[in-house]
Amino acid sequence: MSMLEIDDLHVVVDGKEILKGITLSIPAGEVHAVMGPNGSGKATLSYTLAGRAGYEVTRGRILYRGEDLTALKPEERAAKGMFLALQYPVEIPGVVTLNFLKTALNAQRRARGEPEVDALRTLKLVREKATALKIGEDMLKRPLNAGFSGGEKKRLEILQMALFEPKLAILDETDSGLDIDALKLVADGVNMLRAPDRAMLVITHYQRLLSHIVPDRVHVLAKGRIVKSGGADLALELEQRGYEQVAAA
Amino acid sequence: MVAVKETTERVADIAGEKYKYGFVTDIEMERAPKGLSEDTVRYISAKKNEPEWMLEWRLEAFRRWQQMTEPKWARVHYPPIDYQNAYYYAAPKSNAERPKSLDEIDPKILETYKKLGIPLSEQMLLAGVAVDAVFDSVSVATTFKAKLTEVGVIFCPISEAIRDYPDLVKKYLGTVVPVTDNFFATLNSAVFSDGTFVYVPKGVRCPMELSTYFRINASETGQFERTLIIADEGSFVSYLEGCTAPKRDENQLHAAVVELVTLEKAEIKYSTVQNWYPGDENGLGGIFNFVTKRGDCRGRGSKISWTQVETGSAITWKYPSCILRGDDTVGEFYSIAITNNYQQADTGTKMIHLGKNTRSRIVSKGISAGRAQNTYRGLVSVHPRADNARNHTQCDSLLIGSHCGAHTVPYIESRNPSAKLEHEATTSKISDDQLFYCLARGIPQEEAVALIVNGFCRDVLQQLPMEFAVEAQKLVGISLEGSVG
Repeated sequence: MSMLEIDDLHVVVDGKEILKGITLSIPAGEVHAVMGPNGSGKATLSYTLAGRAGYEVTRGRILYRGEDLTALKPEERAAKGMFLALQYPVEIPGVVTLNFLKTALNAQRRARGEPEVDALRTLKLVREKATALKIGEDMLKRPLNAGFSGGEKKRLEILQMALFEPKLAILDETDSGLDIDALKLVADGVNMLRAPDRAMLVITHYQRLLSHIVPDRVHVLAKGRIVKSGGADLALELEQRGYEQVAAA
Repeated sequence: MVAVKETTERVADIAGEKYKYGFVTDIEMERAPKGLSEDTVRYISAKKNEPEWMLEWRLEAFRRWQQMTEPKWARVHYPPIDYQNAYYYAAPKSNAERPKSLDEIDPKILETYKKLGIPLSEQMLLAGVAVDAVFDSVSVATTFKAKLTEVGVIFCPISEAIRDYPDLVKKYLGTVVPVTDNFFATLNSAVFSDGTFVYVPKGVRCPMELSTYFRINASETGQFERTLIIADEGSFVSYLEGCTAPKRDENQLHAAVVELVTLEKAEIKYSTVQNWYPGDENGLGGIFNFVTKRGDCRGRGSKISWTQVETGSAITWKYPSCILRGDDTVGEFYSIAITNNYQQADTGTKMIHLGKNTRSRIVSKGISAGRAQNTYRGLVSVHPRADNARNHTQCDSLLIGSHCGAHTVPYIESRNPSAKLEHEATTSKISDDQLFYCLARGIPQEEAVALIVNGFCRDVLQQLPMEFAVEAQKLVGISLEGSVG
């Protein structure tokens, strides 16, 4: 079954058409990468999939597990098992990270009609996932992302992905701002979550992330369109020849 | 933006239910004749069976009040108040003979407090909280009195204290907020009806939280309560007040005076959760809350700490202050003021450093939404004798939407070169990025706003007694419902 099916997607932001007809299909169990230069529409794609206000779908549709997403609010998409790891996770001063995780987890569970979990159970769940990502208790007690390093912020995104156990995860430039060690840690975290009933869309500018998270398919995004698709090798080709040449070919 | 519109509509649907304390208790009331004159003052004094000295005190205040004018410097706007078109005393008839025990209280009143979540039967009370319940102009019940008496703590309605402990009352009443302090305080001195009196004797740590629950029920009636708390040498007390009123289209006046006195090494922690009816989403109705609160750190090494969560009232005019008279005294002011729709708040504090090595700390969090205006107004004053005085002020404003306002008016006066004064201020908005982040994690809009605002207020919420912190957090969320969109 297709986890995500994007069909002729056109998106307008502030009156300007950014995505100009994207078609893409990700089956369950696969990891796809979307690569593209600055201004190609990568961030627009991820925000549109997550349902951010201001990203208007003017044509085409997005099917998630067969269901049209267009009318769903971001929080409804999250409750249905979609997850977006953001390029720039925001700081929320005063909101303790663990409390945020509990609030989010329970909001999703409530929306699905599942019983809420208490603070102790949340802590237990979080601890199980946090160790692998080298996230200590002290980090969980600090306000959300406030004063976190780039690596800490991205690790926390992956921790949330592990905690919410989404069916479809979109990782928006998760590698940006990471040094080699942090990159490896984050990639290992993502690889652990690869599963037959889960699909992932990895959006990135650079090939380096894809040597750690090896994708099943690579799509090249340029000027709002997918100009080329291929296997994992395509990422290497892009790295060697550059976007312009590959896109033109 | 479909999501935002739907949220707004949903909230508009429930706006009518939002203020859950807006009900009226149907009960037979006894009132003073409408209007304000010497006769009104005499009526109130006679109703309270007050001694002659108290009546004289009130009459003197009334005469002074007639020569005063309403202050206009605060950043709040409201139609003129007709002081002759209100009742100054209203009491349930069933309370004519103050009930001796809880069994004798009118069941309707008990029911009211039950609905407010303040059960008055002692078995049902939260462990460790004693309550004085003030219904319009009278105290209807005070719990745990016997247990407090064992340790010598006096906790009673102030009308009772005037009769039973005249020496203590005479010694302290009006010594922190003088009769002629300001227009509203002078009015209160003339017509105050009830309120709470607390005396904690030397060296006693009050064994439970003390709390007063103020309820306005009668229409066209002002509430003028008076609270006096004295912490004798080396004692400690933590006190909390809560306030609610029915939903009405009219504005009702609430002009309270609170006086605190700490003697050597004593400490008073005073917390307020103010949730008077704020008016509707178009600014109709709501309480005018004009309150004078002041503490006098009279004895060396004593401490007064104010914590307030102000979410209600159409208009708030309130500056809980500390006079740091004794050497080595400490004053604190922690405030959350939330205004939504057409609410206006002008609130802050005064820290008056008179003694040596006095320290004060101000943390103010103002949140403004809808078309509300929220002003922090504060004074830090260091007098010539106050060597090594220190103050730290942190003043943060959060704006939600683009039709509201936040204003900061800090006054700093230093007449001693050794003073160290710090002032930090920030103004921020809840950003779209923050909201989207929460939404994308499955947290719906209203809950996301409440979460972000609670984070913003965290430093102050932590100062509240634990029993009330959770309630206050919920209140923060409820007050801001419908604020985004």
